[in-house]
Amino acid sequence: MMEFVQQMINGIALGSVYALIALGYTMVYGIVKLINFAHGDVWMIGAFTGYFVLAALGVGPLSIILAFIVSMIVCAIFGIVIEKTCYKPLRNAPRINILITAIGVSLLLENGARVIPFIGPNPKQFPTFGNANMLFMGINISFVQVIELGISILLMILLNYIVNKTKMGKAMRAVSHDMNAALLMGINVDNVISFTFAIGAALAAAAGILFALAYPQVEPYMGIMPGLKAFVAAVLGGIGSIPGAMLGGFILGTAETLTKGFISSKLADAIAFGILIIILVIKPSGILGKNQREKV
Amino acid sequence: MEVLNAQSISIVFGGLKAVTNFNLKLEKGELVGLIGPNGAGKTTIFNMLTGVYTPTSGKILFGGKVSGEGSMQSIAGLTPYQITQMGIARTFQNIRLFKDLTVLDNVRIAFHFGVKYNALQAVLRTPAFYREENEITEKARDLLKIFNIHEKENELAKNLPYGEQRKLEITRALATNPRVLLLDEPAAGMNPQETHDLMNLIKFIRDKFDLTILLIEHDMSLVMGICERIAGLDYGQVIAVGTPAQISKDPKVIKAYLGEEVETGA
Amino acid sequence: MQKNNRLLNSITLLLVSIVIFAVLFLLIYNNIINEFAGDILKISGIYIIVALSLNLITGFTGQLALGQAGFMAIGAYTTAICVMKFHIPLLAALIIGGLFTALFGFLIGFPTLRLRGDYLAITTLGFGEIVRVIMVNLEGLTGGAAGLYGVPSFSDDFKLNPIMGFIWIFCFAVATILIISNLINSSAGRAIISIREDEIASNSMGINVPYYKMFAFVFSAFIAGIGGGLYATHFGYLNPSMFNFLFSVNIVVMVVLGGLGSITGTIIASCIFAFFTMYFLPLFKDFAQNVFHISILDFNQVIFATVLILMMLFRPRGIMGTKELSFVKLVKGIGFNKTQGVK
Repeated sequence: MMEFVQQMINGIALGSVYALIALGYTMVYGIVKLINFAHGDVWMIGAFTGYFVLAALGVGPLSIILAFIVSMIVCAIFGIVIEKTCYKPLRNAPRINILITAIGVSLLLENGARVIPFIGPNPKQFPTFGNANMLFMGINISFVQVIELGISILLMILLNYIVNKTKMGKAMRAVSHDMNAALLMGINVDNVISFTFAIGAALAAAAGILFALAYPQVEPYMGIMPGLKAFVAAVLGGIGSIPGAMLGGFILGTAETLTKGFISSKLADAIAFGILIIILVIKPSGILGKNQREKV
Repeated sequence: MEVLNAQSISIVFGGLKAVTNFNLKLEKGELVGLIGPNGAGKTTIFNMLTGVYTPTSGKILFGGKVSGEGSMQSIAGLTPYQITQMGIARTFQNIRLFKDLTVLDNVRIAFHFGVKYNALQAVLRTPAFYREENEITEKARDLLKIFNIHEKENELAKNLPYGEQRKLEITRALATNPRVLLLDEPAAGMNPQETHDLMNLIKFIRDKFDLTILLIEHDMSLVMGICERIAGLDYGQVIAVGTPAQISKDPKVIKAYLGEEVETGA
Repeated sequence: MQKNNRLLNSITLLLVSIVIFAVLFLLIYNNIINEFAGDILKISGIYIIVALSLNLITGFTGQLALGQAGFMAIGAYTTAICVMKFHIPLLAALIIGGLFTALFGFLIGFPTLRLRGDYLAITTLGFGEIVRVIMVNLEGLTGGAAGLYGVPSFSDDFKLNPIMGFIWIFCFAVATILIISNLINSSAGRAIISIREDEIASNSMGINVPYYKMFAFVFSAFIAGIGGGLYATHFGYLNPSMFNFLFSVNIVVMVVLGGLGSITGTIIASCIFAFFTMYFLPLFKDFAQNVFHISILDFNQVIFATVLILMMLFRPRGIMGTKELSFVKLVKGIGFNKTQGVK
């Protein structure tokens, strides 16, 4: 029983990271109907940026905060640049074209990182806090997990505020409902889309650093599997739904950790795809998603 | 002889009642018009009749491709391709041609479900394949000639002028060999001369192909000019049914389109 | 006349193939084309087969599939096991491999093809990965991560191998080209293309859309499976990591480069791809290593990624543009046919 609760805690901590990444996928999909394959790689860039900041300044409360800020800004810029150069020109093209482009961007980021001299293919060691943890009623909670959960929840609350209580958030919701109507209402759709990409990327950046604090190896291909899993999480919760992404992230994180802990660690990766197939067969719109009808 | 019978069909989207208790009976050979302001639910009704949407309540009965009396079949809930194969064809309000394919191919595709040769014969290029391919091409060309766009058969559909694209849509629908043809704003964007020609064309194909036609239109000259019966729709409900003369004087129809007269102090 | 054009087209394609075949055969047989060059030709042939299979489902039907390597893997291992464990002759083994792969195409396609196109992309991606993991775990059957050695080649006679391999692959490649080309230029082919153009309109014109999507997907899996079987026989050695996501993406690159919906384009792009990766790139291997300290293999992925992006942004119709090679017109010296290309 204790073991189960322990694994649940681990799962929720991991899930919070997945949730942050999933939010980026779901917001972008909601607004431009694109599966941004490159999102996992932006997450990787976030982790690396954090690495470079911490490598330069050493580990400490101030430098960590700085790492987050710098990383989120860098990734937001990446997000905006990618959107403007690669996705925006294809907004009216067939869906398949933009999907293929997204794959291209993803590969470019991954392999570009491998050939850039100061990154390179070999894993780098991310600085950590060591093994500081607390014992709480017989359950081990590491310092890193507390930070993971804390910062994730903080960012999710912040995102919720932006989306529901600000003018930009209202614009985002309007555009994701009906882009043409929003345009006619005088909303600057281009800016809203850029903003969405930027926020999604910033969240991914934070998630990247949080993940690296817990699993301290960073390398250019690190974004592939977590990116895919986070996408599954977004689909699970309901693609296009922000609460859905959060829910899906937590569910997937727990499912994966429980599988790793109680069944087999080899199957842990496959469980994500298993969940994907199941949800696509049973309820493709996801747990919190709504069936989107195409207007005929 | 009854050919299509929509009985009290309604559809609800989320909380919105888009169409409520729509009733319409089409007799064989009729030319009926469906009018109403934008958003009244006309295209939604078309979508229900053709299987794109499933009504949340009500029944749709269709006479199918049988030549005798009776045997009306319930079609609510069937897929669009099943309904089309049974004999109801439609055009779209926002043209949905296969834009990057040629005019000829657009029409030939609509002949496909009636094709008898299978994939293997196609791959092996048997004589049966060639025979039927030529047949399809000839039939397609004949249809295109009726609408006078046969000279452009190798043009890409997207390159046609707007009026001809609308005509191609109708040609394509005709190629499915329907009993009932649903035309969604066939005259949209046409000038008076084109509209006049279209009116004659519609009557011509109704007679030549033994069709029953239901059309949605905003252009009153066309509606009043060729429809034998008209149903007026507003906010998803039928507000009046009658002959063109009756409808044009019906106060509810006038109110729906033009609003009510405001009492002014003299 | 349309009919005469078609008949002439197929016959001319056959004649041209025979001529090319004869020329290459003589060159290889007399060792003018050495073993390495022969390998490039053979890999080109296999790439043509697999890329055409992807073009069928993605270029013509409009459904993006990211797991062709997974289908290849199933075909490859099935063929290898049929030959090695059950001593089934190669032709039958290839067909069995194709059919078994088609079965998986059916199982995957059934739940996913009725959903939006984006979902098929992710599902096929996941499928490719799962196939890989399963191949690794079925150690008894597949040799696991260490790989499967000793897959019998095209001929038992060591000296005859290069030419036999060439004959097998060439024949299958031409057969694939013919079959897909004839399929596309028929009513069923038009039905399939109409699904890509506008699924709702296609449905409303009486086309059984779910059926044709499945048909294209399953047939595409079948062909990819045969390509995999030929791949296994050519290399003599199989390892699950050979059929990874990167391979699937490379096939996408070939199809995109050639043009989604262009058969000629796929043929040309596959050959370019094989030539580029097997001959051209390795020339720069040392240069890249010593001057830039990077692996040429990583760099070529950067090139491919850039190709994908640039093609989609600036020339989505691929290198052939809107033109499909019409053999009749080529022979008559006139020019090219308008193709069933994509926007």
